[in-house]
Amino acid sequence: MGHLEFDIAHLLGTMVLVLSFGLLFQRRIFGVLRTFALQASLLAAAAAWQAYVQDAPHLYITAAIALVFKAIVIPVALHRIVIRLQIHRSVETVFGVGLTMIIGVGLVTLSILLVLPVTAQSGAITRENLALALSVVLLGLLMMITRRNAVTQVVGFMSLENGLILAAVGVRGMPFVVEMSVAFSVMVAFIIFGVFFFHIRERFDTLDLHYLETFRGERE
Amino acid sequence: MNPLAFVLGTPVVAGVILGFIPGRYHRIAARLNVLASLVTLASGLTLFEVRPEPNLYFFIDDFNVYLVVLTAFVGFTTSLFSASYIGHEVEIGRLDAPRLRFYHGMYQAFMFSMLLALTANNLGIMWVAVEGATLATALMVSLYQTREAIEAAWKYFILCGVGIALALFGTILMYLAAQPVMGDGAQAMAWLQIMAQIGRFKDPAILNLAFVFLLAGYGTKVGLAPFHAWLPDAHAEGPTPISAVLSGLLLNVALYAVLRFKILLAHTAGAIAPGPLMIGMGLSSLLLATFMLYRRRDIKRMFAYSSIEHMGIITFAFGMGGPLANFAGLLHMTMHSLTKSAIFFSVGHIAQVKGSQKIADIRGLTISHPTLGWTFVIAVLAIAGLPPLGIFMSEFLVVTSTMARQPVLAIPLVLGLLVGFGALILRLQGAAFGEVPTRGHAPIKASLLPVWAHLALVATAGLYIPPQLVAWFRAVATLLG
Repeated sequence: MGHLEFDIAHLLGTMVLVLSFGLLFQRRIFGVLRTFALQASLLAAAAAWQAYVQDAPHLYITAAIALVFKAIVIPVALHRIVIRLQIHRSVETVFGVGLTMIIGVGLVTLSILLVLPVTAQSGAITRENLALALSVVLLGLLMMITRRNAVTQVVGFMSLENGLILAAVGVRGMPFVVEMSVAFSVMVAFIIFGVFFFHIRERFDTLDLHYLETFRGERE
Repeated sequence: MNPLAFVLGTPVVAGVILGFIPGRYHRIAARLNVLASLVTLASGLTLFEVRPEPNLYFFIDDFNVYLVVLTAFVGFTTSLFSASYIGHEVEIGRLDAPRLRFYHGMYQAFMFSMLLALTANNLGIMWVAVEGATLATALMVSLYQTREAIEAAWKYFILCGVGIALALFGTILMYLAAQPVMGDGAQAMAWLQIMAQIGRFKDPAILNLAFVFLLAGYGTKVGLAPFHAWLPDAHAEGPTPISAVLSGLLLNVALYAVLRFKILLAHTAGAIAPGPLMIGMGLSSLLLATFMLYRRRDIKRMFAYSSIEHMGIITFAFGMGGPLANFAGLLHMTMHSLTKSAIFFSVGHIAQVKGSQKIADIRGLTISHPTLGWTFVIAVLAIAGLPPLGIFMSEFLVVTSTMARQPVLAIPLVLGLLVGFGALILRLQGAAFGEVPTRGHAPIKASLLPVWAHLALVATAGLYIPPQLVAWFRAVATLLG
């Protein structure tokens, strides 16, 4: 693999990671959705680039799924849900944004320290891609933990999933990448549209999970 | 014909058909559900005789064949229970017709994904199947659409979603570890092929990292502490047949996934020993769950904690390793499956006659409903581990093998078992023999046959295990290392 191929793959992976920080930084729900759409399109670009570099045409399907489903359909649908259900437009966080960013930097350091020594025998592109991907996964997890609202939690979950797809496309010759991205997308679609938003709205008049947390299942 | 095609194909076909049967014909749908489960069980049994050739995607070996049959068996008895349970729920208006169509379709989809996870040779397919099972059950937990059910399903989705995401990362790392040895493509993800070449793995570091992710990921689905928070809610708020298959089957399937990777690690030179990690998680689940048992007010929630307890014991046993502890773990897995689903069957009937799941409302069962009451007493005594029933046998083996090899670990183990025993007996006393309340005398119409069938098997296993089964568990125990 030449220098240019490596650099472009690296650049795209890093940009996906930077947008994970962007997700943590956003204070407005529409801003979160736009950032997520951008992250998903960069993921699509990263997958397409790997498809070209590895000469693995099935990865183009993964790229297409990321582009159509995650960068367009889901953000648009969530946007509509937010408007129609009149959900709070600001993002409620558990910690301040500054503290969350510092924790995020710590997580990226952790994943680099974890992945790079372990994968010493793999190719450079795989190693760095994996470190980036694990960082995206951990930042998605952080977002799910520190956000109270159901919409932002789902976005956190999908950005975590972006990290996994990034890892999967970066590993040479990995089979079932397409099936996995389909399985994830189906899951997210079912959860979002099939059940939850409809019923949560119906039962609580709000999508704020804070109200859900009052229930412990042990009420008299 | 390949019997595996029937095992996997029947639930798919039945699921599609059931998805199209209108809800007002729910009695026919329930019968069809039973019939499909019976066909699956019958074709599962033929796997003992005709073992299909393994390929890159599917395989049957000593380990998974017995889990396939166990899954198909409990799936069949649960479908029998479900038919009478759902009939009653429709009568009292708790469920309406359109949701029943969904319920029956999803039941078969769930059975399919579990059987797929068990028979998959390809680790990627196994992951997709576990993910599918998560999706199907999350939807079924929310079936009643009450506030509690939706919260339970949401918690389940968020926690298990993260869990399976971590498991996927572990699977990717696993491929990365296998790829230099096995070459690109599907064979670097096929368990049998990796196992055959495991001696050539020279770089255990990635394998170690992969196992940590896989244990945390699939461990979430097993309900191991500290990732167990979804389990009690999902069991308590979903329909009772789903609680029975969740406890009896899905937890086993997730543990099976962990064990497949444990076998790989155990055969790699220089890899971390998976034992201590599993022992730690198993013991903490056991202790946490048994102390939590005392403060439960909801009967299904209480038995959900008891499932965490038993999964803890099983994980502990496999973590100890060695022929005896593995044997005990396999036996306990089987016994727990049968007993816990029997308990949920009877709890389902109890909740229906009493009109409540609260322990405070369930009293004096042996007086108001003698048959149901005494059946429940036997089932709870079985799960509490009273001799001569099957669970006692397997717990006894776990304890003795621990005593022989790591006497110090036997202290927390026995403590946990005793605390759990105490809690269950305490609760049982009130529920079975307490004062009979004024309400809740509705006669039961349901058949207790599935419960009795399970309890008969458990009681038999406590006294006599056929030598073929012993030989077989021994072979699997050796494989588990």
